[in-house]
Amino acid sequence: MSWRSFEHALDRWFPAGTNPLRHLGALACLALALLLTTGAWLFAVYDSSVAGAHPSVSALAAQPLAGGLVRGLHRYAGDALLIFVWLHLLREWALGRHRLFRRATWWTGLPLLPFLYIVAIGGFWLAWDRLAQYAAIASAQWLDTLPLVGGGFARQFDLEVPDRLFSLLLFVHTGVALLVVFALWFHLQRLARPALWPPRALALGTLGVLLALALLWPVRSGPPAELGSAPLIASFDWWLLHLLPLADATPTLAWLAVVAMLALLALAPLWPRAPAASAAVVDAENCNGCGRCVDDCPYVAVSLVTRTGGDALAVVDADLCAACGLCAGACPSATPFRSNTRLISGIDLPGSTVDALRLRLRAQLAARPAAVVVYACERGAGPSTDVAGVDCVWLPLACVGQLPPAFVDYALRQGATGVVVAACEACEFRLGERYARERLAGLREPRLRARVPTQRWRIVRAAEGEERQLTEVIDGLRRARG
Amino acid sequence: MYSWRALIGQTLLYAAFAAAIGIGSWWPPYQHLAPGRALVKLSMVHHGERLGECVALTPEELAQLPPNMRAPTRCPRERAPVTVEVDIDGAPAIRRSAQPSGLARDGAAVLHERLEVAAGAHRIGVRMRDRAGEEGFGYSLDTDVTLAPAEILVVDFDAETRRIVLR
Repeated sequence: MSWRSFEHALDRWFPAGTNPLRHLGALACLALALLLTTGAWLFAVYDSSVAGAHPSVSALAAQPLAGGLVRGLHRYAGDALLIFVWLHLLREWALGRHRLFRRATWWTGLPLLPFLYIVAIGGFWLAWDRLAQYAAIASAQWLDTLPLVGGGFARQFDLEVPDRLFSLLLFVHTGVALLVVFALWFHLQRLARPALWPPRALALGTLGVLLALALLWPVRSGPPAELGSAPLIASFDWWLLHLLPLADATPTLAWLAVVAMLALLALAPLWPRAPAASAAVVDAENCNGCGRCVDDCPYVAVSLVTRTGGDALAVVDADLCAACGLCAGACPSATPFRSNTRLISGIDLPGSTVDALRLRLRAQLAARPAAVVVYACERGAGPSTDVAGVDCVWLPLACVGQLPPAFVDYALRQGATGVVVAACEACEFRLGERYARERLAGLREPRLRARVPTQRWRIVRAAEGEERQLTEVIDGLRRARG
Repeated sequence: MYSWRALIGQTLLYAAFAAAIGIGSWWPPYQHLAPGRALVKLSMVHHGERLGECVALTPEELAQLPPNMRAPTRCPRERAPVTVEVDIDGAPAIRRSAQPSGLARDGAAVLHERLEVAAGAHRIGVRMRDRAGEEGFGYSLDTDVTLAPAEILVVDFDAETRRIVLR
């Protein structure tokens, strides 16, 4: 069972785009926001002296609806964050979204992993109970095996712990947490309009689960740390501390495992090599420097430079270009109503130009006049036997966002009975379906002209295998036309 | 509005998510020290003796130095490694030698070892050598201890009294 079919199966339970597997990055951001909020509260009540650390944390249990709830949320949001991050990483890898133009985003996400583990393990130290004692000693001994650390870190916990140590640990815990926020910002630099917040229903469901856990299964401190005896731990957070038992048993092997895992993840985008699609190209004579392609590029691959005369000109960074065609769909010069023999737009995909689309449309409508025109994402429903019997002109696109909206109007004026814009199940290029809907609804430039009758076109989502539903939409348009 | 099938499915998934977090966050308990066992920790941060003797400078040599650097003796920076042996009930338990820290090998040598032993009475022998070319051990301690289950006994060196101590 592939990851995509697993996701598709879950769509039945989570309709209307609320499938959690499609929002793992946003769910991780939600968990991080919870951690920062509850962490600020805990920071305010925490006593960073050796004598005060344990009492200040264990006292939270006396206020189950205030401090206890906040502590529980902090802990369980930490567990959830690490789960979401690993699942997010697994999903992007399984869908091949770590290569080519996405590899910079993949690489900038990797430092988040060690930062998260440092914050997670360091957080356990602060409670200074028996579990904290174990976590502190095990991780200090592990650090001591590094060549440049010096080897005296674990000794801090053999005799008396100095008071200033907890101030330092608190500084490290909060400081690295802020570093996580910075690393996240860096991770998202190559994405336009990143989804930082999951859909409301999903956010409320996740928050509800964490709140229920914090209330029903409150997080309480164990007995205070006692350096004269080895901690016998009653419970253990395997989500956040799973590295420590391995590090405790074989520190060298644990370091090797961590380094090997990070190296594998770092090298993953380089193998196997994947052919890159031809990047979008700018035609300087037809580019008026309006900047719509800059606004609409989902991967920040297009920017504006100033020409000699002072006008703006779009330029494409080929390494970042996904060849999705959203820029061509946004270009005002890509309208098929232009009278030029050859339609050359300001920005276009060399392998799938708007001129070729216009030529195919004209030729196929000439052969099948009065057909319904289907502009379809090549990753969605295909022209299978369900559609073969229907009188339609099928025009595949890299993404529905590649379609300049004037092509809907143009097809109708060329004699088409109706037009269907068929998006895939979940946009491969993040924003293509959204932009196509907004342009057709007149909410985004370039807009579909208001005079185009709305009963003569539809925009639908049709996944691979949903050809029958698409056929019903086509038939519906034909029946409405009589 | 969600269908009843979607509602059941969502409830199941949220319940599985809650169970995964709730259980993984507390269970199974981790026992890093078996019942009835205790720990002996060798934990020392100790400067070995310098490898060479300090040499007194002649007045001519001193005169060649800048005024702020005219120390009467010149001492080599490098120190000797520190070697420690621990025997439990007459059997060798730890044999460790640590180099001085620092690029010039003039810092303290750090020894940190952990040894699990059965709780109860033991005879512990500790020997330490911190001088280069020394045949035997300059410091030693032989004593009887009784360790409770999970107790930690730290073997250290007290720099003030120049003695091996058990804490």
